Amino acid sequence: MSRERLDCHRLLCPMPVIKTQDRIATMQPGDELEVVCTDPGALNDIPAWSRINGHQVLETTTRDGEYIVVVRVCQE
Amino acid sequence: MTQRKAVALISGGLDSLLAVRVMQEQGIHVEGINFFTGFCVEGHTHAIRKKDQKKPKRNNALWCAEQLGIKLHIIDIIDEYKQVVFNPKHGYGANLNPCLDCKVFMVKKAKEWMQAHGFDFIISGEVVGQRPMSQRKDTMPVVQRESGIDDRLLRPLSGKNLPPTLPEREGWISRDGLYDFSGRSRKPQMALAKQFGFEDYAQPAGGCCFLTDAQYSVKLADLWNSRGSKEYELDDIMLLKVGRHIRPATHYKLIVAREEGESNFLKGYKKQYPHMRCTSHGGPLTLIDGDMSEDELQQAARIVARYSQGKNTPQVELEFVTIAGEVTPMSVEPMPPAEIPKEWVL
Repeated sequence: MSRERLDCHRLLCPMPVIKTQDRIATMQPGDELEVVCTDPGALNDIPAWSRINGHQVLETTTRDGEYIVVVRVCQE
Repeated sequence: MTQRKAVALISGGLDSLLAVRVMQEQGIHVEGINFFTGFCVEGHTHAIRKKDQKKPKRNNALWCAEQLGIKLHIIDIIDEYKQVVFNPKHGYGANLNPCLDCKVFMVKKAKEWMQAHGFDFIISGEVVGQRPMSQRKDTMPVVQRESGIDDRLLRPLSGKNLPPTLPEREGWISRDGLYDFSGRSRKPQMALAKQFGFEDYAQPAGGCCFLTDAQYSVKLADLWNSRGSKEYELDDIMLLKVGRHIRPATHYKLIVAREEGESNFLKGYKKQYPHMRCTSHGGPLTLIDGDMSEDELQQAARIVARYSQGKNTPQVELEFVTIAGEVTPMSVEPMPPAEIPKEWVL
């Protein structure tokens, strides 16, 4: 199991969602992805995308203008 | 019996929401597909502005998918879509919106996805007569023909007004369960939404694409004109959504933030564009797109000063900052509004 980081600075939604979706497609169940965004919309959209696709959001954090969502990849 | 599978074009609006639910009622497995062209209107784009930040930030396509309990696949088509915008075979609508070519392109992409993933047909929420270009009885067959999807494209909300499709002929779905909506009235859709128990859905308001917006189209046409060719990158078209765009000359323009939220957004571009900021007064961050002479630099600074809180003072202090971070202090007299020709403001 691994933990990866995805830099989505300056990207407006839905690009952080698309990049999350595409990266998770390359990962294994149990892996974790930390998505770092500057669009606050990501705090809603990445969890929504995760819910409908069966992945688990472990954490959402706001820090110094960054919005961070940690997703655990689950078996689809 | 094999459960048939349909991929639905999901815009996030009421029509696609209903079209999927109609198919689910008939036992079809549906998954959604949503294409991101770069021109899509999303709540987030508006929420750049501080005054709009309390508005809902949800992505309507994701929200629809969640209401319907279906998967949603969001596809980045930014680069491929450029040819649709540059050279639409069927022309533009009232602005730079290539609606018919856009629909053909999206159905073609959905068809590729359908084939790659073993799905049987495509559904869309289109309604005959609802849109002036892509949703007319005479243009709907064009979409089917030119996309190559032919009779594997089903429009459940208008199905009874259209020739039977393959899913109907093969008995995968019942034509009796389709609807006969037509025209621009939204009342039948709203009644059906109520029947299905959907109380909260995206209100139709001015389309889902910035290319249908007159002001936006003016700015895009200006971008092409200034570059001498039709071209753009994602950052270009995102920046057209933000700030005042002022072009004093063909070879440069200013992007002046209108308020704090936009200033914060534009800060993210400081490593790609030179910028100006006021130091003696509160004022907007301004990006500069293009190269300027010394005189034009002064002119630009006077325009930026005009939008600062020092606009009624004799002098405003500013900084001009290059991409490399080199800072040049400036002191200028704010340009009176009457000296800014209307045609400069895009």
